[in-house]
Amino acid sequence: MNDKPQRPDTTDDEPATLFERVTRRSFLTRVGAAGVAVGTGQLHSLALADSGDASQNGAPSGVVPTDSGNVHVQLNVNGTLHELDIDPRTTLLDCVREHLRLTGTKKGCDHGQCGACTVHVDGRRVNSCLSLAATHEGEMITTIEGIGRPGNLHPMQAAFVEHDGFQCGYCTSGQIMSAVALLTEPYSHSDEDVKEAMSGNICRCGAYSNIVSAIQQVRRKS
Amino acid sequence: MEHFQLKRAADVKQALDMAMAPTGTAGPANTQSTQSIRFLAGGTTLLDLMKLDVERPTQVIDIHRLPLDKVETLDGGGVTIGATVRNADLANHPLIKAHYPVLSQALLSGASAQLRNMATTGGNLLQRTRCVYFRDTATPCNKREPGSGCSAIGGFNRNLAILGTSDHCIATNPSDMSVAMTALEATVHTESPEGKRSIAIDDFFLLPGTTPERETSLNAGELITHVTLPAPMPGNRSVYLKLRDRASYEFALASAAVVVTVSSGRIDHVRIALGGVGVKPWRSHEAEAALLGRAPDAPAFRAAAEAALQSARPQSQNGFKIELAKRCIQHALTLAIQTA
Repeated sequence: MNDKPQRPDTTDDEPATLFERVTRRSFLTRVGAAGVAVGTGQLHSLALADSGDASQNGAPSGVVPTDSGNVHVQLNVNGTLHELDIDPRTTLLDCVREHLRLTGTKKGCDHGQCGACTVHVDGRRVNSCLSLAATHEGEMITTIEGIGRPGNLHPMQAAFVEHDGFQCGYCTSGQIMSAVALLTEPYSHSDEDVKEAMSGNICRCGAYSNIVSAIQQVRRKS
Repeated sequence: MEHFQLKRAADVKQALDMAMAPTGTAGPANTQSTQSIRFLAGGTTLLDLMKLDVERPTQVIDIHRLPLDKVETLDGGGVTIGATVRNADLANHPLIKAHYPVLSQALLSGASAQLRNMATTGGNLLQRTRCVYFRDTATPCNKREPGSGCSAIGGFNRNLAILGTSDHCIATNPSDMSVAMTALEATVHTESPEGKRSIAIDDFFLLPGTTPERETSLNAGELITHVTLPAPMPGNRSVYLKLRDRASYEFALASAAVVVTVSSGRIDHVRIALGGVGVKPWRSHEAEAALLGRAPDAPAFRAAAEAALQSARPQSQNGFKIELAKRCIQHALTLAIQTA
């Protein structure tokens, strides 16, 4: 009986087609690049800060010019200053993914309910999907790419690997960004507090207990 | 999301000027409850609703860096809380933890750590309902589109209100912070081109009646600048208890904020506010009256619970909230008395 579910057999012919294959990411990158090219046609020049005053936090004050199209912003992401012309509707999440090509930060629900998009702004974890990129001038944004790299992992990244704190991995960068921020937040040492502190990061695979183990290991060492 | 003009205000005056002087294709200056101008602070409600096309501002004024980010003691013992103080900062502030634990507990029971890092005091006061019909532009909703009808009455209303509802709206106010502030008798301070106002929190929130689209007493171009709390009653004990479908990161099915003072074995001061069951943060004068002068014991707590829910009107799916809210009040009072 040949009633097995038919699966596309990708393993055999994958090496042969590797160079021709359009991956999901390369496809999106090409589309994204085209999008940017179109976007640059609509640029508006920057006319920052009508007063030139610095606000209390040292950020430039004033008006972001938006006659009809894009706004010009300077964003500090992972220590690098980026000059960007973006639609004011661009969320911080879409900005880092689509404009800066930092695709480690993931889009899950896009409504602040899952935590996959967690990044740090001035050292504090936030949902980048519920924040407009253009409001973050003068602030320090850190994404998963900014806390560690292959060969030089952040202790939390290493602990997630060691404890199998993931299965599919989609939520993982958000989990790790949350977990790194948690290290400096006023929570007790209990597992219960870790679970409460991490409740804004949903893991569909249910790797929760391993995530708690990973975080607790780093907390004990730090 | 529809296109909008984004502006950034450096101070309160600039924010008010921007709200009064729209440019481009925008219509006349308008209130926070209409569709043309919105102040953006943490964005956790506003951006969410803009993505759903529930909010469609033509101008967004970024106020998240206004110099309103301090928590300070007032002469006379109270505290003043700036409108842009983050929920996490307020919850963990030493003054709040020491003197207003009910507020700290309420804030920490709400949302997630990420959202609490973003959400502000002023924004939390203006948080919109989680009623699914309000969030779904394909369905009628009197709050979103006045006169279109209420889909929740007879629809999915398990998480909606049983106190203060009208035939036009049964949406629950989702805030935890505002419930604690109601029990603490907070005052909301605003500024507009017409001047400054101070509004008792119970007057700040409006009942839906026939105008559920109007949720607060804020006027055109008016900005919340800060919230003040009166000095805590000496010897008071306070607790926020929240009951919900999940252990964390979920809105209340019922919650209770209690602030109680006992002297010589009698309750001589008590404030009770409920969340998750009211169309606004629900101050229960009835429960307070049932407790005043009585010994803090189980029969008194049950009497208060009965009094608080006496006027409850259940919908097709949320009748369970009546007993749930009663037990929430009883348990919160029990915990408060134990917190010696």
